[in-house]
Amino acid sequence: MINFNYVRPSSIKAAVDALNKDINSQFIAGGTNLVDLMKRGIASPQKLIDVTNLPLKNIEQRGNNIRIGALALNSEVSEHPLIVQKLPLLSQALKAGASPQLRNMATVGGNLLQRTRCTYFYDITMPCNKRKPGSGCGALNGFNRMHAIFGASENCIAVHPSDMCVALTALDATVIVNSSKGERKILFKDFHRLPGTTPEKDNNLQRGELITAVDIPVNDAFSKNALYTKIRDRASYAFALVSVAAALDVKNNTIQNARLAMGGVAHKPWRLTEAENFLKGKTVSIENFKQAADMAMKDAKGHGHNNFKLKLAPNTIVQALKTISGI
Amino acid sequence: MCQDHFPGNQEKPSLHESRRRFLKQSSALTAIALSPAAVIKAAEKKLDEKAAGYFEKVKLSIEVNGEQHQLSVEPRVTLLDLLREQLDLTGTKKGCDYGQCGACTVHVNGKRVLSCLSLAVMQDGKKISTIEGLAKGDQLHPMQEAFIKHDGFQCGYCTPGQIMSAVACIKEGHANSEDEIRQYMSGNICRCGAYPNIVDAIVEVKKQGGAL
Repeated sequence: MINFNYVRPSSIKAAVDALNKDINSQFIAGGTNLVDLMKRGIASPQKLIDVTNLPLKNIEQRGNNIRIGALALNSEVSEHPLIVQKLPLLSQALKAGASPQLRNMATVGGNLLQRTRCTYFYDITMPCNKRKPGSGCGALNGFNRMHAIFGASENCIAVHPSDMCVALTALDATVIVNSSKGERKILFKDFHRLPGTTPEKDNNLQRGELITAVDIPVNDAFSKNALYTKIRDRASYAFALVSVAAALDVKNNTIQNARLAMGGVAHKPWRLTEAENFLKGKTVSIENFKQAADMAMKDAKGHGHNNFKLKLAPNTIVQALKTISGI
Repeated sequence: MCQDHFPGNQEKPSLHESRRRFLKQSSALTAIALSPAAVIKAAEKKLDEKAAGYFEKVKLSIEVNGEQHQLSVEPRVTLLDLLREQLDLTGTKKGCDYGQCGACTVHVNGKRVLSCLSLAVMQDGKKISTIEGLAKGDQLHPMQEAFIKHDGFQCGYCTPGQIMSAVACIKEGHANSEDEIRQYMSGNICRCGAYPNIVDAIVEVKKQGGAL
């Protein structure tokens, strides 16, 4: 690892000031992704600003929202009584991710900012537009079994690796960020980006901004009927081939509201808005779930090795909805 | 120059010691052999002055297995390398070094973490427990006893990480069924495939209530 300078500020202002002072500086919290990237020479900041001393670890209810501090650990969030009871989808998604050791290190803010696990991004001898803009996409005609079926471009077909973010997009979360200009709120669906012609940019966070919290509205109906389903190559500790976050509000066998999002399929957590709208007002039936899944898959495109996802994804959606509604 | 490092008719060191000493010597010799080229390269890029003046060592105060240490480390040193290279606690293993195998699992403030992805400077003021800290003198920890009894290893390389993870697994309350144990031990890879025996060991210690 190339050496770097290290500072540990104790206030948000000091952290943001330190970042603004040095263009080659970067925040570090859990380090589960950044240290890995630095060892491989994919990231080489000249200064690390350790934010783990900042007072951003709280998990609390504020009116109808639950606010989770950016430094709350993945393990703490997944087991917190408030989250288990009111946001079970989030708890399940977190527990489906990584390993207990990594969840004890990784923070909520860091989870949002983790980079793709595309093998071409990690192999510095291979072309990758995300790592080295203009060098090409090795995955497009390479081994792309893990790659995107939605929203990809010819520049990048990588997927966002997070489970937590799939639940957060389904739950309509908001990301709170701080900078020298004050506080800004970013809707979760607008936080991450599609690759387009700038795959080097994973999200819409601006230089000088620090994630301080995530706000999640509580919906009691969704709390009772939510499920995170993750399909992977082994039973535990693997990234998703396909995952589905689903929640249903059902009254008298009629769906009042639905929430659906997928992981492992796109450059960002993939919300299935059209399928959600279709399900609204429909009765609970396998036929309706299948139609919703077909609708969700309308713009899907395989790249060869990952063509199996075109079948696996809709089947996972139907399975998740069936399991929630007990049919 | 190295004669006194290779004991001829001196007292024979134990197998363990001689192997470690050999490794240390051979890597030191490799470093010497490589250094001229490295120095020339650094001089070309004028990296030597920069490295000396710019990146300062950071003071660090940590407790490892109940013992206080005042240290000075480069920011890039991981907790794993600090334990192994500076504190000579080589029980914690470097498997993949990229957070994928769990061989480097230690406890920081009572929580299991991967020491290979933890920067040492970020552990200032924290309490670290490693595999060396589990036994009380000659009295093995119940989890160590159980791993031996159930043959929970073959080559043994992943074992320190497995045991540290297993102790945490019970302490966290995630050892209530074999399925749950498998789920919560999935961050520790065993390429010899001792998994069934590892699960047996954890089940037994959990039943005895003796892992804490």
